[in-house]
Amino acid sequence: MIPAAFDYAAPASLEEAMALLAGHPDDAKLIAGGHSLLPLMKLRLATPQLLVDLGKIPDLRYIEEKGDHLAIGAMTTHYQVSISEAVRRRAGLLADSAAVVGDMQVRNRGTVGGSLAHADPASDLPAAALALGAQLVARSRSGERVIAAADFFQDIWTSALEPEEILTEVRIPFQDGKAQAYEKFRQRAGDWAIVGAAVSVARRNGTIDRADVILTNVGPTPVRARAVESALQGQPVSPEVVRAAAEQAADGLDPAPELKASPDYKRHLARVLTRRALERALQIS
Amino acid sequence: MGVPVTITVNGIQRQDEVEARLLLVYYLRDTLGLTGTHVGCDTTSCGACTVLLDGEAVKSCTVLAVQADGHAVTTIEGIATDGQLHPMQEAFWAEHGLQCGYCTPGMIMASIALLDRLPRPTPEQIREGLEGNLCRCTGYQNIVKAVQTAAEQLARA
Repeated sequence: MIPAAFDYAAPASLEEAMALLAGHPDDAKLIAGGHSLLPLMKLRLATPQLLVDLGKIPDLRYIEEKGDHLAIGAMTTHYQVSISEAVRRRAGLLADSAAVVGDMQVRNRGTVGGSLAHADPASDLPAAALALGAQLVARSRSGERVIAAADFFQDIWTSALEPEEILTEVRIPFQDGKAQAYEKFRQRAGDWAIVGAAVSVARRNGTIDRADVILTNVGPTPVRARAVESALQGQPVSPEVVRAAAEQAADGLDPAPELKASPDYKRHLARVLTRRALERALQIS
Repeated sequence: MGVPVTITVNGIQRQDEVEARLLLVYYLRDTLGLTGTHVGCDTTSCGACTVLLDGEAVKSCTVLAVQADGHAVTTIEGIATDGQLHPMQEAFWAEHGLQCGYCTPGMIMASIALLDRLPRPTPEQIREGLEGNLCRCTGYQNIVKAVQTAAEQLARA
């Protein structure tokens, strides 16, 4: 499979990339690692007139601890995130979810920014970004704006990014002390999640202060399992509390049927994976 | 319209003008004649097209040749030295880590990259590391054995 022909530009700076986008608001696509975009281009589901390659912009790959948050450059790969000691320590859930994206080769090319901007409800990072309260930095020639992950994912493959904007950085508040895990279920090695569950639990004196539970691939965007979160809040950490809360993970869920999973099966997986993620995060079983 | 690229392939600097949509795997196979890198699924799943890009394993059916501009690519043709097979090639041979051989170049390149990060992997780590490479005839038993054997060889070297 060969992509349709396109014009290609590899700007050397972010400013140059922003100018290119501003000149082609309707027909340009940005390419980072290309592991979401190229497969779509090969199927000719995406046929950009202009491809703007971010690979030659030197300053979009970094992981930095800044005051109260982790700043991650958009071109940082899943592999770099998964092995980063700073990410493990400050935002364990992000490392946990980046480590199970695709396979080794995919994680070597796929980027954090590319995956989030692609806004595929079946990818692993969007749910983690929501559970982590991530802030996404978008830049264009008109300036910079910061978008909360909760406002970023709008529909399937649709983010809050404007055509002229480039996602340049992901900011994650330090998660120190929170119990976190990401669980996904897939049919084949290296595959997308049929369903995934990202959990983050803050505790105080053995009681759950706040729980964030976000599900992958059960709707057009990542879905917050509010019933589970309220069932956990204020409760002591115990196997019974976790099991009972996880039972509510499918409340209100209306996932679309897929070839490999019926809505009922997805609801079942949502309950099971939420329980497994909570048990692993809280080290109970 | 061609895009000029400079790509170091197996240690040799190549300069070409390529169509922007040319995939790296076709640049290697059709432009350079390096047909050791195979096209299997063409959908980023099977790993037959795995090569090293700046030392990291990537699936060359999902990389544009223009994205490799300024970088170094290593293919299966580039790992033997002075007629001596790479220890990973030797190990695949010795342990019968192949049957039809179609997945083998990709398996070997991915395995070399795996050992680069994890010099003494457990069998489980080998299976996880090679998750992106599919073999449809031997099963994976002897492939895992081959990677273990190569790891021992390389540790001794």
